[in-house]
Amino acid sequence: MKLVKGRAGIRPLIEAKGLSKYFDDFLAVDRIDLEVYPGEILALLGPNGAGKTTTIRLLASILKPSTGWTKIDGVDVLSHPAETRAKMGILTEHHGLYSRMRAIEYLAFFGEAYGLSREVISVNTERLLKQYGLEEVSGKRLGEYSKGMRQKLALARALLHDPSIVLLDEPTSAMDPASAKQVRESIRGLKSSSRAIIICTHNLNEAEYLSDKIAIMSDGKIISSGTFSELRRKLLGKPVVELRYKGSDQLVKNLIHESYDVSYWEPGFVLFRSENPDADNPRILDQLYQAGVVVLSIAEKSRSLEEIYLQVVHDNGSGQNR
Amino acid sequence: MKDWKKFQLTLTHSWIIARREIKDQLRDWRITTPIILLTLFFPLLMNFTAREAIDFVNKYGAYLIADRLLPFLMMVVGFFPISISLVIALESFAGERERQTLEPLLATPFTDGELYLGKTTASLFMPLGAAYLGTLVYLTALTQMLNWDPPSILIVQMFLLTTVQAFVMVSGAVVVSSQVTSVRGANLLASFIIVPMSQLVIGESLIMFWGQYDVLWWLIFGLFILGLVLGRMGLHSFNRENLLGRELDVLNLRWAGRTFWQAFRKDGDTLLNWQRSVLKSVFRDLKLPALIVSGFLCAAVAIGINYAKKYPLPADLLDFDTLGTGFEKQLASIGLVGGQGWLWVLWNNTRAVLFSFIAGIFSFGSAGILLLMAPLAILGYFIGNISMLGQPVLPFLAGMVLPHAVLEIPAIIIGGAALLKIVIAGIGQTDGRTIGETWIIELAGWARVFLGIIIPLVIVAAAVEIYITPKIALMIF
Repeated sequence: MKLVKGRAGIRPLIEAKGLSKYFDDFLAVDRIDLEVYPGEILALLGPNGAGKTTTIRLLASILKPSTGWTKIDGVDVLSHPAETRAKMGILTEHHGLYSRMRAIEYLAFFGEAYGLSREVISVNTERLLKQYGLEEVSGKRLGEYSKGMRQKLALARALLHDPSIVLLDEPTSAMDPASAKQVRESIRGLKSSSRAIIICTHNLNEAEYLSDKIAIMSDGKIISSGTFSELRRKLLGKPVVELRYKGSDQLVKNLIHESYDVSYWEPGFVLFRSENPDADNPRILDQLYQAGVVVLSIAEKSRSLEEIYLQVVHDNGSGQNR
Repeated sequence: MKDWKKFQLTLTHSWIIARREIKDQLRDWRITTPIILLTLFFPLLMNFTAREAIDFVNKYGAYLIADRLLPFLMMVVGFFPISISLVIALESFAGERERQTLEPLLATPFTDGELYLGKTTASLFMPLGAAYLGTLVYLTALTQMLNWDPPSILIVQMFLLTTVQAFVMVSGAVVVSSQVTSVRGANLLASFIIVPMSQLVIGESLIMFWGQYDVLWWLIFGLFILGLVLGRMGLHSFNRENLLGRELDVLNLRWAGRTFWQAFRKDGDTLLNWQRSVLKSVFRDLKLPALIVSGFLCAAVAIGINYAKKYPLPADLLDFDTLGTGFEKQLASIGLVGGQGWLWVLWNNTRAVLFSFIAGIFSFGSAGILLLMAPLAILGYFIGNISMLGQPVLPFLAGMVLPHAVLEIPAIIIGGAALLKIVIAGIGQTDGRTIGETWIIELAGWARVFLGIIIPLVIVAAAVEIYITPKIALMIF
């Protein structure tokens, strides 16, 4: 399934076509297509074992695809793995810190791995440690860090070389709410016209808050994708409007039933679907007012990403660990 | 110029990895404590042992033992610290994988080769440094206290031997580590390194007490080649794909069985088609290995002929003019045909091919090929003897050997070639497959050749050897 239609004149920073991965005879990723453009954040959602982490590893050229290809900024990852990895910052599923090291030397090691000069390493380390509130613990061994601190340091490692591609696998897992908020804000701050970001997450609110596009994976496939509003419309149908009123039920019934698809009715309360609530609601309000019905409230019912996600996963018959 | 820069970059990257690991080792008391003890305390203990032992044996005039003991202890002083390299390598490769610190490293621009080289360097650095330092401490103390003046070539040999032994252990540890996902699994598999290394040290001890230090050069050379072979295997198995492609060490018998059966059956839907496909694969895949094995067999004949000159048989044993009554028994008595029936010959030949396969698998082909060379060496020995006695060689070959050998020798060549192919596949490129998968497929390939070609050949050869060869021989002589 293709994720997003191409944009004229702009090359995607991350592009994958027909990407599959077999482990022996187990198909972990099944012919996925992806395009993420500069300035975009894509959230990869899906139950455990859906193939999200394998997809990240394929994009990062840590694993080789069984079929298909990936290009990073137009460069094929299979033929230029080191070059493409140098453009990427990856927060791996496991933070993977060396417990006997300290934050500064840990970041210095990865800075050298990415070919940064000592000056750049020093400046970026200072900035990132400050940004993630790790300055005070920078003298401690990493083994003494809390889970949240470790995750933040791993994120700092991924961002140390100011990569144009950022792949984040569960960036706020194991964090307390305050730290998670801090990291979310930092990810939002990473969004720039020259950077593409992919986030794998189970946190649907986080995905909704951060991402421009969403791809829901199940059993190795992308089973649904698009922007949040596209998915909402596609999967949950027309928006649902909730109306509370005082007055004649028959009048309201006549008015709403004539033009809209009513999904629930009880005296004083009605739920109906409207193609365009922004245009319809003022008109309904006006008509009811003319008819002498007191409108207590009329508003589009919010439908969360969670509803979309559960709908998609349910339709696909998945949601269980494989 | 470009290649040189690439090489420099590889070294720089490898050193970045190695430096971090060495620093990490220096912070781990479980590694530093034994290293310090083995570097400083152990050589002095050996020194004390040497002095005490020399005093003791000299009392009884056993000067030779004293003379051999000092180099032997120098070897021991060098070996003990490098034994830690095995632990460090297992920890570095399997441990990092188990602690899940490997993936961030795999996400960097470092190549698989740079990671491998860096980790190998780190695994060798401390133990080798400790071994060199320990040997120097031992030598210095002995020079001061016993005025021992070992030949400088022996010192060079000891340093080289220590280095190649460490290289073999680390290379082996990488191969082992890449097959498992945990240190526990690696430790269990490490017996594949520890047991042969123990045997090697016993062998080295014998050489040291034997005093034939020139033999050490062969040992150093052999270990160096073995290290290279293991290094090549490790380099192939230590890749991102292999490291992250498996989450658990499970024995998937169903998968292994299916993989084996698919490779064994290939496109043979009927027995005849299968037999054809086996024949095709022999001609397609075994040409070069067969040529190599043929070369070894020719060498075996030459060795046999050479030995005939050194150790000739009594002339009356090979007097073909006296052959007649009980001829078959006489042929059997000199080992030219089997004396205990067709089935015995068949079993003997089948067993020889199986033994050579098993021995070859555990010795990178060498012991297996040596076993296959043995009958040809015996044949060469007879040819040499007959020739020296002035008897015609051709009638001997035509009458007593060739009728069954025309079937047995191809069976030997094909058996050896199939063995070499497995070994080459094991240490070579795996086309994206794991070592385990490669071995299963190659074993299936060997089984195809064994059942499809070798067994039919040896069955017919055994029948010919028992029922036809003696009659032809009788006709000729």
